[in-house]
Amino acid sequence: MNAVLDFIAALGRAALNLVRTAGALTLFAIAAVSHLVRPPFYWRIFLGALVEIGFFSLPVVALTALFSGGVIALQSYTGFAQYHAQGAIAGIVVLAVTRELGPVMAGLMVAGRVGAAMAAEIGTMRVTDQIDALTTLSTNPMKYLVTPRLLAGTIALPCLVLVADLLGVLGGFIVSVVKLDFSAPAYIAATFGAVKTIDVTVGLAKAAVFGFLITLMGCYHGYTSRGGAQGVGSATTAAVVAASILLLASDYLLTDVFFSQ
Amino acid sequence: MTQQTTPRIRIRGLRKAFGPKIVLDGIDLDVMPGTSMVIIGGSGSGKSVLLRCILGLIPPDAGTIEIDGVDLLSLPARRREAARETIGMLFQNGALFDSLSVWENVAFGLLAAGRKHGRRPSRAEARAQAGRVLEQVGLDPSVGALSPAELSGGMQKRVGLARAIAGQPDILFFDEPTTGLDPIMGAVIDGLIVDCVRRLGSTAIAITHDMASAQRIGDQAAMLYKGKLIWQGPATSLLDSGNPMVDQFTHGRREGPIRMELRQ
Repeated sequence: MNAVLDFIAALGRAALNLVRTAGALTLFAIAAVSHLVRPPFYWRIFLGALVEIGFFSLPVVALTALFSGGVIALQSYTGFAQYHAQGAIAGIVVLAVTRELGPVMAGLMVAGRVGAAMAAEIGTMRVTDQIDALTTLSTNPMKYLVTPRLLAGTIALPCLVLVADLLGVLGGFIVSVVKLDFSAPAYIAATFGAVKTIDVTVGLAKAAVFGFLITLMGCYHGYTSRGGAQGVGSATTAAVVAASILLLASDYLLTDVFFSQ
Repeated sequence: MTQQTTPRIRIRGLRKAFGPKIVLDGIDLDVMPGTSMVIIGGSGSGKSVLLRCILGLIPPDAGTIEIDGVDLLSLPARRREAARETIGMLFQNGALFDSLSVWENVAFGLLAAGRKHGRRPSRAEARAQAGRVLEQVGLDPSVGALSPAELSGGMQKRVGLARAIAGQPDILFFDEPTTGLDPIMGAVIDGLIVDCVRRLGSTAIAITHDMASAQRIGDQAAMLYKGKLIWQGPATSLLDSGNPMVDQFTHGRREGPIRMELRQ
């Protein structure tokens, strides 16, 4: 009986903790977004974050997209060749990349690279009193540390995804033409025939949501970290895990909203 | 000759608890203008929490904190922030922003206040001003180009002090200003603190474990024990206060009325 009660109590604690965290996170996000329309805005921090997220993530996102596009082409060929439907590969690659792989792969890469770095940086500032020092220097830490990063993430990720889309399609093109002996002009024509503006647009909209969520998780977990180096380490892990889960969950929801008909 | 009777800082009935642990238990404290108050007490006695409550970094559970007769806790957030612009703080570990250079750290408050009040100095002006403040704490202005990570502990404290005084605050707080420094550097930092406080005519509160530092910095002293102020008096009488708890603490005796709590 006691074991059952302990189990129920543990479930209850976990549920309460989840609700508490969701509430705190929502308030944190509202506070951060509200500073967008309340001056001052820290352009220098914003531009730094834009470069850090958008420019320095470019190599890892580009390589991931290039290889993912190639893998999609290879795997599609293996399956579609059985039904003599190889002609659909160009369309499959461009739709998979623009609708899903581009935003999701870029998002996961940025979550691992930038989300972790943000959580570590802000977490270290928390445990070394730098955030308190900001307050004593007439600076709202939320406005200074969080809002510019959230905006930068929301803007930078769609730009990265645009590059990822192009390179993902290029990866599929290279594999199809060089390895699978497709005709280059036919592949390009099939690609342009298959892709629609809405596919790319929704992919970019997804990326904006992912960028917001990744930076929100990095900033929130860093900002609320406690307890020295171990606390910062835990915050970093939590930021990446939470961002990845939220990214995939929101990807499902957005896909359901835009493409389920 | 009239004597000003309104304390610069007046605290009444300040209480703060974290869960079941009562950290501040009805603190009453007056700090008169131009006075340096040193608060001593063991680890975990609530010294840092007291400073953080005054700074607004931790909301107290009860009590009042008045600055020049105005209760900070009853003010709207914007006016509370404005009142706190008159306060400078030297953190225990410096708390320098490691993503900024030394001069940007020192000029941070100047730029922030200027941005808020629409008369922001240019970066060149701010850098020149930061150089002058660095000189006041015994550092060459060329140090301004360095990163905080390139400085020794003593230099970081000096930069932290420069940052605290750059805005010429009316009130200065010092959290363990000599912790982690060798005795000579500790004396140097204390000397700089006294110079800065006198030059600015500021009111200061310092918390410390270091008795030599407490006597060098303080005009008045108080001891915090288990969330209460158990003694207040001139800093010069710290070593012969007549209070058995203060005497045990200041002389570092194992035996006495203060029992070390190994687990709280």
